[in-house]
Amino acid sequence: MSDITKKSLTELVENIKNKKLSSMDVTKAFIERSEKSKELNAYITEDFTSALDKAKKFDQKPNLDLKLPGIPMAVKDLFCTKDVKTTAGSKILNNFVPTYESTVTENIWKEGAILLGKLNCDEFAMGSSNETSFFGNVQNPIDKDLVPGGSSGGSASAVAGQLTPITIGTDTGGSIRQPASFTGTVGLKPTYGSCSRYGIVAFASSLDQAGPMAQNVKDCALLQEVVSTYDSKDSTSIDFKRNQYSKELTNNIKGKKIGIPKEYRVDGMPKEIEDLWQKGIQHVKDCGAEIIDISLPHTSYALPTYYIVAPAEASSNLARYDGVKYGFRANGENLIDMYEKTRSEGFGAEVQRRIMIGTYVLSSGYYDAYYLKAQKVRKLIKNDFDEAYKKVDAILTPSTPSSAFKIGEKTNDPVSMYLNDIFTVPVNLAGLPGISIPAGHDSKGYPLGLQIIGKAFDEQNILNIAYAMEEKIDFKNKITDWWIK
Amino acid sequence: MSIDLKTIKHISKLSRISVDEKRAEKLAGDLNSIFDFIEKLNELKTDNVEPLTSVAETTLKLRSDEVKSKNIREQIVKNSPQDNEDYFVVPKVIE
Repeated sequence: MSDITKKSLTELVENIKNKKLSSMDVTKAFIERSEKSKELNAYITEDFTSALDKAKKFDQKPNLDLKLPGIPMAVKDLFCTKDVKTTAGSKILNNFVPTYESTVTENIWKEGAILLGKLNCDEFAMGSSNETSFFGNVQNPIDKDLVPGGSSGGSASAVAGQLTPITIGTDTGGSIRQPASFTGTVGLKPTYGSCSRYGIVAFASSLDQAGPMAQNVKDCALLQEVVSTYDSKDSTSIDFKRNQYSKELTNNIKGKKIGIPKEYRVDGMPKEIEDLWQKGIQHVKDCGAEIIDISLPHTSYALPTYYIVAPAEASSNLARYDGVKYGFRANGENLIDMYEKTRSEGFGAEVQRRIMIGTYVLSSGYYDAYYLKAQKVRKLIKNDFDEAYKKVDAILTPSTPSSAFKIGEKTNDPVSMYLNDIFTVPVNLAGLPGISIPAGHDSKGYPLGLQIIGKAFDEQNILNIAYAMEEKIDFKNKITDWWIK
Repeated sequence: MSIDLKTIKHISKLSRISVDEKRAEKLAGDLNSIFDFIEKLNELKTDNVEPLTSVAETTLKLRSDEVKSKNIREQIVKNSPQDNEDYFVVPKVIE
């Protein structure tokens, strides 16, 4: 059985299509491994009984033309799933059972996949270590008491630990790419407007994007092909020609121009990260691509901009959690008292902190100084990329300024936690696609990732570059199954 | 810039999140360190920069104005914290 969970998504699809494996074989194998992996705390809600039913039904009448035929899959608990509890990692949604399905997960089930369960994440996706979840820390399969990154920490842990063949996360400032980097997996944040936001619990609406997290680039391309669709239910969904990403995947990147931004060489960055970056540069050169030095002069302003824009949007989006229409309610002496107690008891510390920052920067007398200023700097950051893309086809950077850290190491200092997203945040602010691929290990044996940033709607190009690099890097994730007794 | 306890109380009121004294002090410390970090933006002159409101450079699509979800009252009130099949129930607001 354990051999099944070691297979990539692409191999599992092939095995089901040529009837070497049934959906039941595969579903059972991932459930068995998930059952043995409780210590990772990757799941918030398991849906195993129903998954086995669906696998049985699939095998009785298998449709092998589908892209994900009978493939079991757990998803981040930020996607509304009809009749299956959806918490966003928060106490305030601990009893919320959606009556409808998100477009992204709907697309996945339509292609034949089967829901295994809902994966842990930082509360309302606000965090970089999965430590803000109401449902507790997630363990990184790489080592005990190591954070898996965040906010899609449960998703990253589940893919790296082989609890699910692939998964879907969301990324507002790095929440797919940073955990992918920390767990030795591949994570793609698509162009803003590529995947529908309908039915995803909203954090910061101008930044949020769903995207695949996988063991390899080809699997990632396959899921992207399934989840990226135009959707009239999301007013910011964009109707552009989408590629058949997995079919059109090629490792031929000869002549591609790859930009290296000097501003990503930040103070205090460990030498290991610099070395990794240099190796990556050598790999793309070996593939026949051309390296061009570029400048993204406003890079160091991206995080301060993000910590105005994202909390401002969050404070507005999270106003709906008032104890009236759904979710947790605390008793109060009157209506206002009920609101205030519900939100005080229902939200965790980080979420409260961000709502308060957002409320402050939008409040009368401060709007121009903070929110408007941030929107203007956001324009400058986007202009930097527009300028760079006149000269290059894609940009190569490290994914994170360090490898995964220990649980509890950064919880007392919010700013040091925020610095984790220094290389990923600019991509969200500019609405671009970015992919993190595992590229090596640090001296502790922890994985490190490199990020490829593309032009808007150019997912195929960055997937191709990632595919070519993956072949050169030949990364092997060091998973010892330490949590399995 | 410094955010004092009075400001924290004001934001807490606007955010509809009640905070006690101890929590307010912690929040003041956190917010001050975050705003110190945000102040970096003042290094930039932005007088002539257009604010970016959306990265999706498309105009909103029009659609016909028709009802697509019908008879879903039951679904809408299903998750309300206090049961009543027709309405959302809140504490009394009129004396």
